[in-house]
Amino acid sequence: MATVKLKNVRKSFGSVDVIKGVDIDIEDGEFVVFVGPSGCGKSTLLRMIAGLEDITSGTLEIDGVVVNDKQPKDRGIAMVFQSYAIFPHMTVRENVAFGLTINKTPKAELDAKVAEAARVLQMEHLLDRRPSQLSGGQRQRVAIGRAIVRDPKVFLFDEPLSNLDAALRMDMRMEIGRLHQTLSASMIYVTHDQVEAMTLADKIVVLKDGLVMQIGSPMELYHNPANLFVAGFLGAPSMNFIPVDVTDKSGDLATVRNVSLEPISVAHKDRDIAVGGKAILGVRPQYLRPVPPAEGMLHGKVVLTERLGSETVVDVTLADQTRIIAAISEDRVMQPGEEIGLVFDAAQAHLFANEPLPESAPH
Amino acid sequence: MAKGTKLTQSNRAGWAFAIPGFGLMVMFIILPFVFAIALSFTNQRLISPNPTQFVGLANYQQLLGVGMITLESERDDIGAIVFDDDGEAQFPRLRGYTRNNPDYPRIDGMREWFSWGNDESRTYVLARDVVFMKAIVNTVLFVIVVAPVQAGLALCLALLINQRLRGINVYRAIYFMPVVVSIVVVSLLWRFIYDGNDGLLNNLLSGLTFGAFEGRDWLGNPATALPSIMAMSIWQAVGFHMVIWLSGLQTISPTLYEAADIEGASKWQSFRYVTWPGLRNTAVLILIVITMQAFALFAQIDVMTNGGPLDSTQTIVFQAVERGYGKQDISGGSAISVILFVIVLTISLIQRYLTREKN
Repeated sequence: MATVKLKNVRKSFGSVDVIKGVDIDIEDGEFVVFVGPSGCGKSTLLRMIAGLEDITSGTLEIDGVVVNDKQPKDRGIAMVFQSYAIFPHMTVRENVAFGLTINKTPKAELDAKVAEAARVLQMEHLLDRRPSQLSGGQRQRVAIGRAIVRDPKVFLFDEPLSNLDAALRMDMRMEIGRLHQTLSASMIYVTHDQVEAMTLADKIVVLKDGLVMQIGSPMELYHNPANLFVAGFLGAPSMNFIPVDVTDKSGDLATVRNVSLEPISVAHKDRDIAVGGKAILGVRPQYLRPVPPAEGMLHGKVVLTERLGSETVVDVTLADQTRIIAAISEDRVMQPGEEIGLVFDAAQAHLFANEPLPESAPH
Repeated sequence: MAKGTKLTQSNRAGWAFAIPGFGLMVMFIILPFVFAIALSFTNQRLISPNPTQFVGLANYQQLLGVGMITLESERDDIGAIVFDDDGEAQFPRLRGYTRNNPDYPRIDGMREWFSWGNDESRTYVLARDVVFMKAIVNTVLFVIVVAPVQAGLALCLALLINQRLRGINVYRAIYFMPVVVSIVVVSLLWRFIYDGNDGLLNNLLSGLTFGAFEGRDWLGNPATALPSIMAMSIWQAVGFHMVIWLSGLQTISPTLYEAADIEGASKWQSFRYVTWPGLRNTAVLILIVITMQAFALFAQIDVMTNGGPLDSTQTIVFQAVERGYGKQDISGGSAISVILFVIVLTISLIQRYLTREKN
């Protein structure tokens, strides 16, 4: 159990900067998820914490000690890999006990630790099998078991569920959550899956292009995204972005409109927004409600509807050709081409400074 | 098999396609193999006016016949051992027992292979074909030395060049180069290296020891001829096996090494627990390939020593060629081929059994 501190950590491969100055504080016993699109540097960052990659500059502290130059084994970490990385020629028992065997741990202690890990992970019956006889989920369990017996200060998970099928992924996700409660150890977890991030994390670190976009609790990030990227990255379907003109600004509120949007006042949160300039309005699909065209704050035409039973996802083209999505929490029949009005609560909308929209959120 | 599958329907076309390849295999692999076995039971010669006759196991008896005899040393009238001028005990002449001696029909025609004993008695091991016995011993020695040394050296090289370093490909190419040069050319070159008068090796050793090393004729001395050929053979093919090891090394997932690293494994432990188990199948392959190649030792001998000096570099295949073509004794050569086949097959089976996948 320990704290982890990253101070202005950077990583370059030759002339390519992969991590461009990252500061993260991880409290004792916290479950932190690094999330971001592929190539954002989240795995590299984790591997730097593990000691598998050198830190180009900045400091990494584990439990108050700078470990930049320490070997992986001396950092008090354990890592679970996406590909499990369990040794194919060893039984489950030998795999789990690997680190202890190498340290020449006394047999009795070794057996006790392996038995305890097997009990926690409910895999006592698998101990004498070989990896080739295990399913993907069981293999991942073995990898986690190997991490547990090390009694690490920090657990590192590198996309541990990516190789599992959807159903198993959910089981293992809950299992890892349960494990965190049982062990109450610090855990750092890398994923590109926002559902894993939202459900597991005490704290999410959103990364993009080697920079931290925002750090905060899942709900903080969801309800209060700091920028367009975070807003677009978390939530499914992802947030709608509508380019708007700023017509007025008073106190905390800015009034915005465009050809398809009736004037509305939205909190601007001191962002770089000027009267007469452009801004981007963000509204989550779930907060849009359909109304008769005349009553709508937004005006557009239905392009496509997807009826999922509990929810109807409507693809709407606004009058200014912006395409947005509304997720309506009831079963509704709408015809393509039909005029539609949409309303939303200004308190649930976000205003962002005008910048290029994120290319695509990973859904 | 289900009736009417594609395979049985297109039977005729299938055979038509298969026959050219199959025919070639029969003609050049299966037939010679069968011929070798069949001829080894006859007295066929390359050119002979006499008709070929079936002679049963005579060829094998001629090749593999061994016997043993223990002789008492000669004593004078009072029973004391007779010594010659050099102080050696005198024994009755062996020829008296192996030539037309009706009391010892089993060892008739045999010659001394090697012997041991003391002043009072001496045990002689006799062989009907001493040269062939030496060939077997030399070949086995060659295999015993070359297989582990070559495999081990190749593994070391593979581990060394399995790194991401600038210019590592140059090393790969250099180590592999001897493999693509014909063994005959390599043997010729090494004859110069081993030359007794002004050879490269002699010059090098004498230079390194500031003239203290006296040159020797590496291939002309029975004690150094076979080791010299071993060294050169190991050097020549090590690159080939290095490449096979390398391909095995590259199938091992790098994450396994990272996992071992995190668990605190030292370099040696990483090798012991990750690399070596991951190379299992490669190791079996390499061991079998090297063993078979080593048993087939011929070209080096033919170019460098012709089996000499004093038969110290005779090998099984060299004997087969020597007998079959040199002495025009096709049946004898065939018998040797069959013996080699049986030896190699047996060893391969043993190796497969010993290296089998447990559970």
